[in-house]
Amino acid sequence: MKSKIFFAACSISAVIAFCSLAALMFFILKNGLSVISWEFITQVPRQGMTAGGIAPAIIGSFYLSVFTILFSLPLGLSCAIYLNEYSPKGYIADLIKMGINNLAGVPSVVFGLFGLAVFVKFFGFGISILSGSLTLSILVLPSIIASSQEALSAVPASLREASLALGAGTWQTIRKTVLPAALPGILTGIILSIGRAAGETAPIIFTAAVFYKRGYPTGIMSEVMALPYHIYALMSEGTDPEKQTAIAYGCALILLLLTALLTSLAVIIRNKNQNAIRN
Amino acid sequence: MNKEKAIKALLTGAAFAGFIFLIGIFITLFAGSWTAIKNINQMHFIFGLEWMPYYEPPEYGILSMFISSALIGFCSSLICIPLGLGTAIYMYEIAGRKQKKFLKPALEILAGIPSIIFGFFAMAVLGPFLQNLFDLPSGLCILTASIALGIMTVPLISSISEDALSVVPISFKEASFALGANRCQTLIRVVIPAAASGIITSIILAFGRIVGETMIVLMASGGAIAVPNSPFAPARPLTSTIAAEMGEAAYGSLHFSALFEIGLFLFALTFILNFAAEKVGKKYRLKLGQGR
Repeated sequence: MKSKIFFAACSISAVIAFCSLAALMFFILKNGLSVISWEFITQVPRQGMTAGGIAPAIIGSFYLSVFTILFSLPLGLSCAIYLNEYSPKGYIADLIKMGINNLAGVPSVVFGLFGLAVFVKFFGFGISILSGSLTLSILVLPSIIASSQEALSAVPASLREASLALGAGTWQTIRKTVLPAALPGILTGIILSIGRAAGETAPIIFTAAVFYKRGYPTGIMSEVMALPYHIYALMSEGTDPEKQTAIAYGCALILLLLTALLTSLAVIIRNKNQNAIRN
Repeated sequence: MNKEKAIKALLTGAAFAGFIFLIGIFITLFAGSWTAIKNINQMHFIFGLEWMPYYEPPEYGILSMFISSALIGFCSSLICIPLGLGTAIYMYEIAGRKQKKFLKPALEILAGIPSIIFGFFAMAVLGPFLQNLFDLPSGLCILTASIALGIMTVPLISSISEDALSVVPISFKEASFALGANRCQTLIRVVIPAAASGIITSIILAFGRIVGETMIVLMASGGAIAVPNSPFAPARPLTSTIAAEMGEAAYGSLHFSALFEIGLFLFALTFILNFAAEKVGKKYRLKLGQGR
């Protein structure tokens, strides 16, 4: 009897959890679908954000994510290679891991403060794609490192031994044997980080994003509109809450689809890869 | 040979990036707060209830924001801990293999939903709904933000906890069954205690995530700076104060510096939570580490 109640309670909480998340998706889907059209994703906003599309915000988020990965991947991958291939244990590795773990826990708004003080003001990059993506690249660094390291450690030791036995050096072995084998896992991490960078709001409020910008970004030094910030701005600024909320639903749906698509892609690649290793 | 050495040196340097950024963030926050630390009585800063940067003379006290953060953290935990653990146990013990094969990736996709979406949902749907339900003056209050935060962190808790449950060696369960315990007894007396450190780690991480989350509280908690007296009261936690006021504060002013000092507090708070999670996690690895 007692055990029945316990298991029932667990089942009910699972149902509540999945239903509330489904409700969130349902409301955004229901209200967002009627807003989304070809014009909505390809045109610029008009009439003070109450009509037109959100193309500049989509493109802005795209630029921010791409540059974020460009900055963080070399650093993150190098760190993962060092931790996995050169020095997996010991005092230095512990120190490095401690740094990464704590960096992962820092609130996103604190990254925003850091980006504002260092990139926007100290280096003088101003409110720009450059400042925003540099800030975001530090934020996604821990997850890039973690997923790359996981991918590297899943490569069987026999592959390395075979390469070393043929007379290849450590770096040669890593570049020609280990990295190609770990590529799908690393790719998974990159895709997840793109989703993360595209969805983060707090770090770009002070470093990259603006509510309205005439036309598209012209270079890495220009300020941008970004999807997540656009949702926030539509809900908190402006003069016509009703029309703006409708557009915000559209933005939210696009962002939701984008991140869900990226995560699904990462999950699929990872599962395929796991099966490949097992066989 | 020299190339090998050069590459190793380069990689070693890059490996310290995370550590250097962590130190860099601390130094930046500290340098940014220096004006505030020097010019504001720190006892007033920490224990003051009034935050009025636009008054003359201005008041800078963060206690009411701190209480708001703690209260929102507490209310969210009441939602995400039971739901998260219940979901984890469901996936571990009750769900069949087919169901699990679908639920695990679904949970991962849900975990990837950006927080701004939850904030938007709370503001556009949940807030008005709760306002009607409880007949509130405003739907944007602690309860609304807490529900959104609680739902957001369920996937985090349940996926880490489920991982912790599923690495408990099968021999533990077999031994328990052999002694005549039923499924429920085995789960509560053997499997869950064996996975306890992993479960606690997931809760600490989720709590850190809730306290550090900005957009949801900025959009859904109402924004009044006062000590909240009920879950239906509006509140303004630490994170959203930074996000809301940074745009207005003049660069280099006392207000600007005070916002950096809030950042410094948040940084310290999450550092402590992370440290705790790591300590608990290590214990867990030691306990089940041998023989696997």
